[in-house]
Amino acid sequence: MSIDLKTIKHIAKLSRISIDDKKAKELEKDLNSIFQFIEALNKVDTKKVDPLTSIAETSLKLRGDEVKTKNIREQILKNSPDENKDFFVVPKVVE
Amino acid sequence: MSDIINLTLSALINKIKKKELSSQEITKAYIARAEKSKDLNTYITTDFENAIEKAKKFDEKGNFDYKLPGVPLAVKDLFCTNNLKTTAGSKILSNFIPSYESTVTQHLWDEGAILLGKLNCDEFAMGSSNETSFFGNVESPVGKKIVPGGSSGGSASALAAKLTPATIGTDTGGSIRQPASFTGTVGLKPTYGSCSRYGIVAFASSLDQAGPMTQDVSDAALILDVISKYDNKDSTSVNFKRGDYFKSLSSNIKGKKIGIPKEYRVDGMPKEIESLWQDGITLLKKLGAKIIDISLPHTKYALPAYYIVAPAEASSNLARYDGVKYGYRSEGENLISMYENTRSEGFGDEVKRRIMIGTYVLSSGYYDAYYLKAQKIRRLIKNDFDDAYKSVDAILTPSTPSSAFKIGDKTDDPVSMYLNDIFTVPVNLSGLPAISIPAGKDKNNYPLGLQLIGKAFEEQNLLDISYSMEKELNFKNNLQDWWIK
Repeated sequence: MSIDLKTIKHIAKLSRISIDDKKAKELEKDLNSIFQFIEALNKVDTKKVDPLTSIAETSLKLRGDEVKTKNIREQILKNSPDENKDFFVVPKVVE
Repeated sequence: MSDIINLTLSALINKIKKKELSSQEITKAYIARAEKSKDLNTYITTDFENAIEKAKKFDEKGNFDYKLPGVPLAVKDLFCTNNLKTTAGSKILSNFIPSYESTVTQHLWDEGAILLGKLNCDEFAMGSSNETSFFGNVESPVGKKIVPGGSSGGSASALAAKLTPATIGTDTGGSIRQPASFTGTVGLKPTYGSCSRYGIVAFASSLDQAGPMTQDVSDAALILDVISKYDNKDSTSVNFKRGDYFKSLSSNIKGKKIGIPKEYRVDGMPKEIESLWQDGITLLKKLGAKIIDISLPHTKYALPAYYIVAPAEASSNLARYDGVKYGYRSEGENLISMYENTRSEGFGDEVKRRIMIGTYVLSSGYYDAYYLKAQKIRRLIKNDFDDAYKSVDAILTPSTPSSAFKIGDKTDDPVSMYLNDIFTVPVNLSGLPAISIPAGKDKNNYPLGLQLIGKAFEEQNLLDISYSMEKELNFKNNLQDWWIK
């Protein structure tokens, strides 16, 4: 099976990564060679095999929904790419 | 001063405890050497002034009972460090200053260690040669224009070049063991769940594990004592009874059963790796171990399965880098184009490739064919190990299918780069502990490593076997300091 240019552009869209035509062609070549390598898995019969979803294979522990760190608004906003000190700012989304 | 940098971590600690060396003397010695070693490009961020300040404080009123009293250490730039830039080797985090500390690094500081700075690595730990870092290639001290391996390449290079007495890295598919093998150092990937993942920039959460990179096996045991602890901030941390690894080290391995998997004898493996492996087997016999031929029949499917599981998890983990709350942002005319431009400019090529592979295998209509299939293969690979461990205590393999290569040699072909991790990846898929120890050299005098794979949570066994081998191997890097300016 091969991945065509249209699919590459669709995956890029889903991945929220903008790519131009030149980049898309490069990715088409790279991804096809990687998937060719991955196709080896089809040789293995896995009909009766359970998927391994976690190495620990124990259910995740529950914990109380408690606030443990308080008053860190400034720390959290410190790394915001936008200068605004009170909120995270994004381009306008409602007209 | 040259004496200081030639000491192992445990020897340094002895000297500090006996007050023969001060923390300041040691810290300054490593800083002076790092200043002259900039050509290797091991550091992304240095914190030298603070390190000297902390060393001074330690000398004045430090606790000499700590496990790492006043010892300066540099760490991989994948560990979040409070108030010190943490980039993961990526442009998208090039301005990120965490407001918290990773659990593993906190354990180091709690035992008296002092942070020297943050070491270069492949972008988001995706790479096997340290050529995907936004901050440039790292050169290995073992040879000019030679890669140190990856993704913990800066860590391996800094350790081998004696710019830090020990370090820690992370290993998702071989990122501690492969660079250790390439640089003639020791690298241990602990059992999944041993060391907390809290505060480590995530790559593939079901595979990522932090571990020691050291000059010898005793030092690895010492660091493991400090960083292997249960942590309720990591939901996959396992609360098992940990050993007293350093104190319990024993070189008596008489009667231990070591498995030799025939599937690791791959086509085209260089003769020198084959004979390195054979010499390792002979040595283990001499040390009183029993050698048993075993089979891990699904080995060849590990790498393809890994290249589904790891990118799938990475595509989810890296969805958080959107230019909104932290990191690099590129403007766009609307929200979507802001996301797309940010991620397009902020991520490098290898990271984008893996995000796209991951997105594809998780996308509607392909999930069963790829992701579910890979998880089933993962089960078969783990079953292979479980079966083998019914008759052996540990498994011996080469660490890598080749020695270190030249910068630029494999960057054009992703698959040839991925093949570097052929012997290390099955271990991550199975969650097992494994160690790489330097065992010989190739025709160019570049180091070669042997890997020992252990049973889950039996790090002591692994350390004991490698400790006993190390004594006999007596490996020396004998570097010529050619990079010193």
